[in-house]
Amino acid sequence: MSQTASTSPRHDHSRSWLARFRRTPVFYPLIGFIVVFVAMALINDNFLTSSNLFNLARQASIIAILAAGMSLAILTGGIDLSVGPVMALSGTVMAGLMVAGMPPSVAIIAGLLVGAAFGAINGAFVAFAGMPPIIVTLATMGIARGLALIYTGGYPISGLPAEFAFFGRGSLAGIEMPIIIMIAVFAIGYVLLSHTATGRYLYAIGGNEEATRLSGIRVSRYKMLVYVLSGTTAAIAGLILTSRLMSGQPNAGVGFELDAIAAVVLGGAAITGGRGMILGTLVGALLLGVLNNGLNLMGVSPYLQNVIKGCIILLAIYISRKRAP
Amino acid sequence: MSPLLSLRHISKAFPGVKALSDVSLDLHEGEVMALLGENGAGKSTLMKILCGIYQPDDGKVLIDGKTRHFDGYQDALKAGVGIIFQEFSLIPWLDAVDNIFLGRELKNRLGLRDRRRMIRETETLLQRLKVSISLDCPIAELSVAEQQFIEIAKALSLDARILVLDEPTATLTPSEADHLFDIMRELRSQGVGMVFISHHMEEIFTICDRVTVMRDGEKIDELAVADTNADDLIEKMVGRRVENIFPIRRCDADYNDVVLDVAALSLTPNGPEHSLKLHRGEILGLAGLVGSGRSEFAMGLIGATRPAAARVTLEGHSVNFSHPAIALEHGIGLLPESRKSQGLILPFSCRDNISLNNLDQYRNGARLLRRNAEVSNAERLMQSVRVKAPSAETPVGNLSGGNQQKVVIARWLGHRCKVLIFDEPTRGIDVGAKSEIYALMKELTAQGVSIIMISSELPEVLGLCDRAAVFYQGAIAAVLQGNELDSQSIMHHATGGLSA
Repeated sequence: MSQTASTSPRHDHSRSWLARFRRTPVFYPLIGFIVVFVAMALINDNFLTSSNLFNLARQASIIAILAAGMSLAILTGGIDLSVGPVMALSGTVMAGLMVAGMPPSVAIIAGLLVGAAFGAINGAFVAFAGMPPIIVTLATMGIARGLALIYTGGYPISGLPAEFAFFGRGSLAGIEMPIIIMIAVFAIGYVLLSHTATGRYLYAIGGNEEATRLSGIRVSRYKMLVYVLSGTTAAIAGLILTSRLMSGQPNAGVGFELDAIAAVVLGGAAITGGRGMILGTLVGALLLGVLNNGLNLMGVSPYLQNVIKGCIILLAIYISRKRAP
Repeated sequence: MSPLLSLRHISKAFPGVKALSDVSLDLHEGEVMALLGENGAGKSTLMKILCGIYQPDDGKVLIDGKTRHFDGYQDALKAGVGIIFQEFSLIPWLDAVDNIFLGRELKNRLGLRDRRRMIRETETLLQRLKVSISLDCPIAELSVAEQQFIEIAKALSLDARILVLDEPTATLTPSEADHLFDIMRELRSQGVGMVFISHHMEEIFTICDRVTVMRDGEKIDELAVADTNADDLIEKMVGRRVENIFPIRRCDADYNDVVLDVAALSLTPNGPEHSLKLHRGEILGLAGLVGSGRSEFAMGLIGATRPAAARVTLEGHSVNFSHPAIALEHGIGLLPESRKSQGLILPFSCRDNISLNNLDQYRNGARLLRRNAEVSNAERLMQSVRVKAPSAETPVGNLSGGNQQKVVIARWLGHRCKVLIFDEPTRGIDVGAKSEIYALMKELTAQGVSIIMISSELPEVLGLCDRAAVFYQGAIAAVLQGNELDSQSIMHHATGGLSA
């Protein structure tokens, strides 16, 4: 369809803040979030209490952080299925090293490096060997889970030093650490995507990889970076989860990669790449959080919750596809 | 007798753009009607309405005098309207037979595909076109022209009586185009009515009976081809007389100053070795037929593909471009052949496209982008190449082909490039924009930039280039300059003629 683009609406004359906001991929996800949020508040008396809202944000933080890394992969036209197992592996490595007597700071750095290294393996196969991301990360997803189980012998590692609980259970200035870390991750992601050359290249790669390469951008390096960052955010999620549970769980986060993908897509990103905003991903993850939390408060059975969440994702993406220019 | 096809008072607006206003057109049996106009004149929109892809806001489509309403391309196909788009709708890894019968395979009594009957019918169709094409290889292995003939055969297999050909010759060699015209004459004698869209004036006089000229969404004139001439048509098309679309001939080349010296470049092991010299301020044409290896040479030169062997010096220093990024660091840029698939990031705005490879100029101390500097520089570059767009934030996909090409040029002007390689810079671009792009290229050479221009259009090579290397089957057959540089000797070498 060579000419469709030239006849699509030209709406760049409008300069008002609202008009410009409407055109961003965040607009409709945010409307959806507000609708679901208000509905939950009307249905449940307990929903709109500050303790519940903090609870909700904390629960959503893990998926949100995984989804932040996932956003980068999807933005470049790729995907990272390995984030759940990498999260579990990093968390168990942290726990194992602490139990072995290492100080938490060293264990945390080692765990983050494990995540980054797994990302680098993904990135090397995707960027330099030119293999499809879905296949590469499907393979490393199994490898990471297997390694976590081998490392722990299949059992959770507990008996972690008390000060390690800070990242999952502590708080700063009255705000819980998981929420602070989530906000920090998204703030960095926002600056990266919207205010650096690197961010622009990631959009460009998703929009037209060949044109980006021919323009003299080293596409492979940036794709490598994306998977390293995705592995690192998975490890950060692993840090929070391990600290919160005060044990390294090799079976943690089964299926989390799918929730992360759902959050990215609910946040208005195109699954084919090139379009999306990191703040949309945050909205998408919080929307999933509101659904989980609200349905729990209503006493809906977990089985039915899955069905409802699936239907809402389908509906949201159906609407967003109709709206997308 | 009512005409085969009548478009009556068609109007169509898109948000913010009036694409067509009150356009009427008649097409008779056995007639070839040229539809002429600059890019953005409304030709494609009109044809998409004819094919049911768009719905008109006003006006109607009549076939054999009866009002028809098409709710999509499938409806139009059933009514006997076929369209051959610029971009083909064939599946590359299926063969001709499977492509022609895609979605309506002939079945035998068991309900299975009756391949033998489909082959027979395909052969009948191709006989009707008087062409012979290999039926059992994936069509990706066929030439562009052969693929196009299969598109036409596919339309005919659906009993198309009205055929729209949207710039069919843009990617054909002259002899392939002649073959296409033979097919069109054959179809004309069989009573098929055809709408022919092309930017090549001489083709209109070769094949068309009547011509409809459009400008800015309106029909300007309709006349018999015999009653007009090229200058007259161009004047109607652009609304002014274009005396000469080429800038005044002036050689900016300094033949004592070799900028780029390609001593030996082979794309494949044991493949032919290319060697070329490019001088400062020179426009060196790479002429030859489509598929003669010119784009491959350019891609190998800048490191977009890995050549088997390369000895290249730039301003006397040996260089090794293993990635376009390294070529860029040395001030060498390629404006690729396909704007949409290789040049532009279509979802991006003009600004984002222009600043794509010069973002490092706008970094502050913290390596963050200074948005204001970026916007003002993009706007300045857009002005310098005269992009017509509502603003720098307009999505580049909304622009016409000519303006899109100018955006790609602007991207490279953001660097102080020494050498720019233009691959088919004016393909699918209207006359007015072509002329502006030629003028831009001369402005660049006046500033000392050297240009390599790959072009399949002889007038362009002759009108603009100081020298021309002619490619034939992957090798440089000759380098022509001065008096030798004429269309006959180019074609002689391009078609593998024995050297005189």
